Amino acid sequence: MSASEAEIIVEPYIRESQNKSYFQVNRRVFVDDNILAREERKIFDKCWLYIGHESEIPKPGDFLTRDVGGRELIFARGVDGLARAFFNSCPHRGALVCREKQGNDKMFRCMYHAWSFDLGGKLISRPEDERYHSEGIDGIHDLVQVSQLEDYRGLYFINYDANAIDLKTYLSGAIEYIDLTIDQSEVGMEIVGGTQEYGFEANWKLLVENSFDGYHGMPTHATYFDYLIAGGGQLGDNGTTVNEARDLGNGHAVIEYGAPWGRPVAKPVAAWGVQGEADTASLRAGLEKRFGKERADRIAYHNFNMLIFPNLVINNIMAITLRTFFPQSANKQHVKAWALAPSDESEVMRERRLYNFLEFLGPGGFATPDDCEALKMCQQGYRNLTYTAWNDISKGLGENEQINTDEEQMRVFWREWDRRMQGDSL
Amino acid sequence: MTIQANKQASLSLTRSDIEDFLFYEASLLDSWQLEDWLILFVEGAQYWVPPAGADDLVDPASTLFYVADDYFRLTERVKRLGKKTAHVEWPKSKCRHMVSNVRILDGTEDEFHVTSNFVTYRSKGGVTETYLGHHNYTLCLVDSEIKITKKVSFLDVDNINDQGKVSIII
Repeated sequence: MSASEAEIIVEPYIRESQNKSYFQVNRRVFVDDNILAREERKIFDKCWLYIGHESEIPKPGDFLTRDVGGRELIFARGVDGLARAFFNSCPHRGALVCREKQGNDKMFRCMYHAWSFDLGGKLISRPEDERYHSEGIDGIHDLVQVSQLEDYRGLYFINYDANAIDLKTYLSGAIEYIDLTIDQSEVGMEIVGGTQEYGFEANWKLLVENSFDGYHGMPTHATYFDYLIAGGGQLGDNGTTVNEARDLGNGHAVIEYGAPWGRPVAKPVAAWGVQGEADTASLRAGLEKRFGKERADRIAYHNFNMLIFPNLVINNIMAITLRTFFPQSANKQHVKAWALAPSDESEVMRERRLYNFLEFLGPGGFATPDDCEALKMCQQGYRNLTYTAWNDISKGLGENEQINTDEEQMRVFWREWDRRMQGDSL
Repeated sequence: MTIQANKQASLSLTRSDIEDFLFYEASLLDSWQLEDWLILFVEGAQYWVPPAGADDLVDPASTLFYVADDYFRLTERVKRLGKKTAHVEWPKSKCRHMVSNVRILDGTEDEFHVTSNFVTYRSKGGVTETYLGHHNYTLCLVDSEIKITKKVSFLDVDNINDQGKVSIII
């Protein structure tokens, strides 16, 4: 531990009053490079991190390259049908072996000295192979696999720590909400139409908070709600009265609530017309047949914004977005976002879904750019931290019930973040 | 050149006419006169920004775009950007839209296709972002005036990690 790290640990990352009157986060956690370095070791090297969805590599030979937790990975499906994750570095001199974003091939060939690897990562050929005498040294010339790769219902996660607990145990209470999402379709879900990649100048943990912050909705997104009303929507037309924030264990948390927007799974809005009502009624009936009325209602009408610790967001709202984001530095992050949808969705409902997605989400949406602006403003405000050191995350503390506009879900994240940064591991 | 000449004859518009129109459009965007900009579109027009690096055949029915506005949402986008609560563009960024490499591709006065290259600069808070790519326009003549029925702005970049958003009309 360096001297500067010892120094920062003396100052608490979070402080929570015994009588539940306040919860505060030290603004240094958003700007300090030493804290970022510690996060890489204590969090990104230890936690399960989302790499991709099964539908992105459906066939043998399908591959994609993706940076996950600061590492360059290849996510590929072998001829045996199994998905694998490799470090995208040639065992020879370390160059990226695969330089395409995605594709289908029988092997990966390094451009530098033409070492070639099969989809299982095994070295299969190299020029002047007779000059090597490394028989019996198992695997040192193969691609290195990531320690752990597991999926839950098509969502694949990696873990760089060979000793980490299994994925399902790690996901804990988040399982319930993944199930609510995947159960939308009887045949399975798929990623629709690629990846949105964008970046902005704010610490990654600010996007954790923002992704399930019900409190900011009206002030930050007034123009989105203006737009909903202009389209014939009615605020308050929620389909449900549920409104809560829940701790899902292991740092995962969720807010679950009703909202005025349409949901392609089975909540119509005026703009979809009579046909939209008929389409959603039929989907709703299918859900009820499979799950009974109560669960069908929940799948159809309940929105949720969930964080799977540390940095996978599943927001099941006017569309479903998966979103993950990694720090490039303490004050800059890169985001990857996807739309998830039932594979068997009708063409017209798919169109409504993507229309819904774009009206709120992503770099050209009516909401996401304002979120990013808010987080940038926070990051800039932290230049004053010497004199204004603490963020307040107290809303709802001391209340018996935690609602979606409270901040309990963020406190769940911060307590786990703090625990891991202090050195405990799961 | 014969083919090109034929196209222009059937259209009775020169590249200069088109350039005048595109430069006028750019000037409206530079000065944030978005309501006047919207008048350049026919009712029912579309405005799309496909994801970074997309090819010309990409379709918002199956691909996740940044912007895929029908006329209603385009109108709402213009209204939104006029509000102080469109936080990302308040205070307003400074913009400069450069247009070049204008070509008339084909068509008649009822519908013709034009492509141009662009570089758009957006400057705010001490940071200048660069958007570059090409526009594909579907245009028509209404009472001898050029109108837009569809504008698709392709970002010819790998990703928008540096720009972060498409909050202006590029």
